Amino acid sequence: MDPTQELISSLADRYGRSRENLLPILQGVVQKEKYLSDYLMIEIARELDLPAAEVYGTATFYSFLEYKQMGTYIIRVCKTITCSMKGKNQILLAIQNMLKIGVGETTPDRKFSLLETNCLGWCHKAPAMLINDEVYTELTPEKVRGILTEYLKK
Amino acid sequence: MAITYNLKRADFIFRNENDWEKILNRTLQRDKQELINELISSELKGRGGAGFPTGLKWKLANEAVSDEKYVICNADEGEPGTFKDREILTKVPFKVMSAMAICGYIIGAKKGFIYLRGEYKYLQPDLEKIIAEFEYYCKEINFDFTINIFMGSGAYICGEETALFESMEGKRGEPRNKPPFPTNSGYMGKPTVINNVETLAHTYTIFKHGSKKFYDLGVQFSRGTKLFSVSGDTPKPGIYELELGMSLQDFVDEFGDGDTKAVQVGGASGFLVPRKRFGETAIGFKGKLTGISLPTGGSMMLFNSSRSMFNVLDNYLEFFREESCGQCTPCRVGCQQLHIGIKAVKQGAKPASYLDKLLKLTETMQYTAKCGLGQSVANSFSSIVENFREEMIY
Amino acid sequence: MSKKINITINGVVYEVDEGLTILEAAQSAGINIPTLCYHKDLCIAGNCRVCVVEIVGQKRLAASCATPCQENMEILTNTLNVRNSRKHIIELLLSEHNADCTKCYKNGNCELQELAAEYKIMSQDLIGLVPYKDYTIDMFSPSIIKDDSRCIRCQRCVRTCAELQGVNALTVAYKGDKMKIATFFENSMNDVVCTNCGQCVNHCPTGALIEKNYIEEVWEAISDPDKHVVIQTAPAVRVGLGEEMGFEPGERVTGKMVAALKNLGFDSVLDTDFTADLTIMEEGTELLTRLKKALVDKDKNVKLPMTTSCSPGWVKFIEHMFPEYLENVSTCKSPQQMFGALAKTYYAKARKLDPEKIVSVSVMPCTAKKFEASRPEMHDSGYRDVDIVLTTRELAIMIKQAGIDFRKLPDKKFDRLMGESSGAAVIFGATGGVMEAALRTAYELVTGREVPFEDLNIMPVRGMDGVREASVKIEKPLENWAFLDGVELKCAVAHGLVNAKKVMDAVKSKKADYHFIEIMACPGGCLGGGGQPIPTNPEIRAKRTQAIYAEDKNLPIRKSHENPEIIKIYKDFLGEPLGKKSHELLHTTYVGRNRY
Repeated sequence: MDPTQELISSLADRYGRSRENLLPILQGVVQKEKYLSDYLMIEIARELDLPAAEVYGTATFYSFLEYKQMGTYIIRVCKTITCSMKGKNQILLAIQNMLKIGVGETTPDRKFSLLETNCLGWCHKAPAMLINDEVYTELTPEKVRGILTEYLKK
Repeated sequence: MAITYNLKRADFIFRNENDWEKILNRTLQRDKQELINELISSELKGRGGAGFPTGLKWKLANEAVSDEKYVICNADEGEPGTFKDREILTKVPFKVMSAMAICGYIIGAKKGFIYLRGEYKYLQPDLEKIIAEFEYYCKEINFDFTINIFMGSGAYICGEETALFESMEGKRGEPRNKPPFPTNSGYMGKPTVINNVETLAHTYTIFKHGSKKFYDLGVQFSRGTKLFSVSGDTPKPGIYELELGMSLQDFVDEFGDGDTKAVQVGGASGFLVPRKRFGETAIGFKGKLTGISLPTGGSMMLFNSSRSMFNVLDNYLEFFREESCGQCTPCRVGCQQLHIGIKAVKQGAKPASYLDKLLKLTETMQYTAKCGLGQSVANSFSSIVENFREEMIY
Repeated sequence: MSKKINITINGVVYEVDEGLTILEAAQSAGINIPTLCYHKDLCIAGNCRVCVVEIVGQKRLAASCATPCQENMEILTNTLNVRNSRKHIIELLLSEHNADCTKCYKNGNCELQELAAEYKIMSQDLIGLVPYKDYTIDMFSPSIIKDDSRCIRCQRCVRTCAELQGVNALTVAYKGDKMKIATFFENSMNDVVCTNCGQCVNHCPTGALIEKNYIEEVWEAISDPDKHVVIQTAPAVRVGLGEEMGFEPGERVTGKMVAALKNLGFDSVLDTDFTADLTIMEEGTELLTRLKKALVDKDKNVKLPMTTSCSPGWVKFIEHMFPEYLENVSTCKSPQQMFGALAKTYYAKARKLDPEKIVSVSVMPCTAKKFEASRPEMHDSGYRDVDIVLTTRELAIMIKQAGIDFRKLPDKKFDRLMGESSGAAVIFGATGGVMEAALRTAYELVTGREVPFEDLNIMPVRGMDGVREASVKIEKPLENWAFLDGVELKCAVAHGLVNAKKVMDAVKSKKADYHFIEIMACPGGCLGGGGQPIPTNPEIRAKRTQAIYAEDKNLPIRKSHENPEIIKIYKDFLGEPLGKKSHELLHTTYVGRNRY
């Protein structure tokens, strides 16, 4: 068994192999692999004996279950109303200038992907962003540069 | 007509009391019907935005006959401008869990779930520890009740209760046809009580202090307190517990920056109230209050005169266009038409009168969409376009 | 008896069964409510919203397909609000749809177009969304074209593929404005787990899913004086074609169909039923041989139960889903492919034709047959055995294009060679038919007596239940078949691949010990095939079934082995069933494919 099959099988052992266990398994794979490739979706389908198209249809419904190649750190900048009012575009520009990628793109070293996302629930501390599961609020371009500098060292 | 109810602060939800074990244990000794009656007489209505009477919901689930039932805490807080549920789960999770267990006791459910939105994944580790502690206590008092966290993965529509069930069942989060309603056929087709985080926290208050204490707060048809998530152009953004029924003018006097042009009540799916109507607008559930009464999940976004209402609407419509599940025609296509339509008017590609056609379209969406999302897009659209038409045109 | 409740529709009180939806109640009261996502074969989706009605006392309109009637409910189906809402919804669908109707294959047979006409959508105020969409057309499958720009997202295809077929080639993907019907990773239908059955095509209300049509290729062949164009017609076509020509469902048009084909200019109009009879000879012998090996020789390698192989949708299904059971599938080619192989050998020789110049065309109730004809295994004549496969619908288009007044055509007879058939071959078109035909022949071969059912009608294998079981006890067999004395031959019949899956799961888990299984990919068998007239629904399938059995009953020969042309081909060309020549031309192999 290759390591990804092992991962899927251990997730299935943990959560179960019924349809209602599909989301936790997809999330577990994304946690580890950052995105769901066709290969990974087929292996999940096999493990749960679900049609592959069903896995695909379900996964693509959820914004956080990426199915295109993603970097190690996925930056999701909130674009909903308050963050947008409070300078989301400046934050995006700061990130784009620093990482030299546009929204929807991944750095050539596959370290960072930049995405926009809908309301993160930090409107009172806008603008906000997620890097993987970590939340950063009350952002300024300077603050963002500082945060990314730390990630670049990782 | 001016509303005379004043803004009154309250402190129930976040009051830190370390007596949840006592309250839980005490409540679980009480008669189920008595508890249901307590909840009904409190007149608590759901705090997620739809405002369904909580006591009635629990009563219906109690009456449903089934070998298995579920209690679900809806923590898929996705409405733009709302962030109270996260704070409740961070600061007073035991209240929510106790309320879930009490609900389980009343309706006969042994399993509870917290559906936590993917954007709040960082809450999961701490919550799991607290759940372990909570379950340990339940075991100690011989009460059979477990709680599991089910993580969402980024889909606003999963806050709609039947979409949430679909999601928990491993499917696309698409709302179901109703009837049947969740109290008869919810998660896995079993009777299910699904309540917003805040609603559950209020039931805890009611079971602790009695329904009278809750009922005496607020106004007719809108009893009790409510958490408000305040954001936008305000010097003091944050979460505030206030009695229901205050006038929007009072609210703006307290939270505005002196230049408030409009307030969006209830998030992107709520209404925009322009300055001229602050005085006649009450914040509460629909009822016989004088003036306009607005239901709200607690999102209050303030806009000052530097903001373009076109941009605000553009932002909302982009949100709905992306977050609609896409299954029903009025919502899927309607949201795209509204979004492209206002831009076409702004750019002059369509005449100003096209806005009236779009307003008609939102009426159709309201009448025919399958779920609350598509039905409520009309709220923000019509209230913005009708009040700030000039900003839409040029 | 279910409980009755009273409801009011448009002011008139009706007593209806409790549990009925508003739509069903209205239909039974003769009130028409438009629908799009609703289909009688499928579960309720309630997503197109075009069937909305007003319920007095409710602010919002209700989707009548998804709302159950309740006691004293007052329903209004034709208020201003209802009409405007429906009109608006149709406009919305049109705005998202490539409404270039004149360039659409389904022009004239499109439910959206009909509604647009009914509601007189004269101007399009809304902004066309098509330019904003990244629409693609998938043309890579030999059977099905998927054009996303014509899709209205009613999900009938998705439900068909899941509920009727258990294949799930199609799914709903993405959300919001990007929501669409997709295959796995939007790969071509040709590259995913798809059986090409075409049920999605048959259930699609618009031109989003259509058969890949080969009408122009056939016209070209017919017009080419160098080519000898033969056409074979499958049994189910003759009970479906009439619907395309203005007849009521269930009208048999065999003679008119033959006349029309002759009018179109085919050089020879022949019958797939002939090779259906041949299939019975080969497959029946194969079954008996397998039984002998299992019971007498105690050969552990012989695979039972044996399943039929005439349905190419089923064949591809088992190749994907149960590749470990491929040896259980009869090695017989389908009647279409037997015909193709013989057309360019036996027929060519007898008619003294250069096989290179024969164009072998078939008309089938089926889209999977297009794929089957393109399989690399199907070249045993030295050429591609079947060159072009048409569906019933394509044939209807050709007849219309030729300006033929179909209703006035005189009945004509099939040409010879390969035009004679028995009633046993005709019933191949209905679920259970192959089983019945095989039993009529096999029982008689083994015992020397007719199968012990009144008038040869083996009723237990007929009907519309998804899975049916029957057993036939063999008594006093002829000497050669003595080993079968007292053996109870256990049979199963399944139609619709979701039922095929049930049967195969039972076989796999050893819960069933059948000897012989007939499986047809499509509900109702070929008469409900993906290439049949649209609409196809339970009532229409029932009528076509009646027509099939009536055709059988009216034929002088009812048993495959009594077909004189069958006797002749074994004498002149093939030798004996399962003989060397048969093996070369009439039998095939299968390939395992991916299940996920």
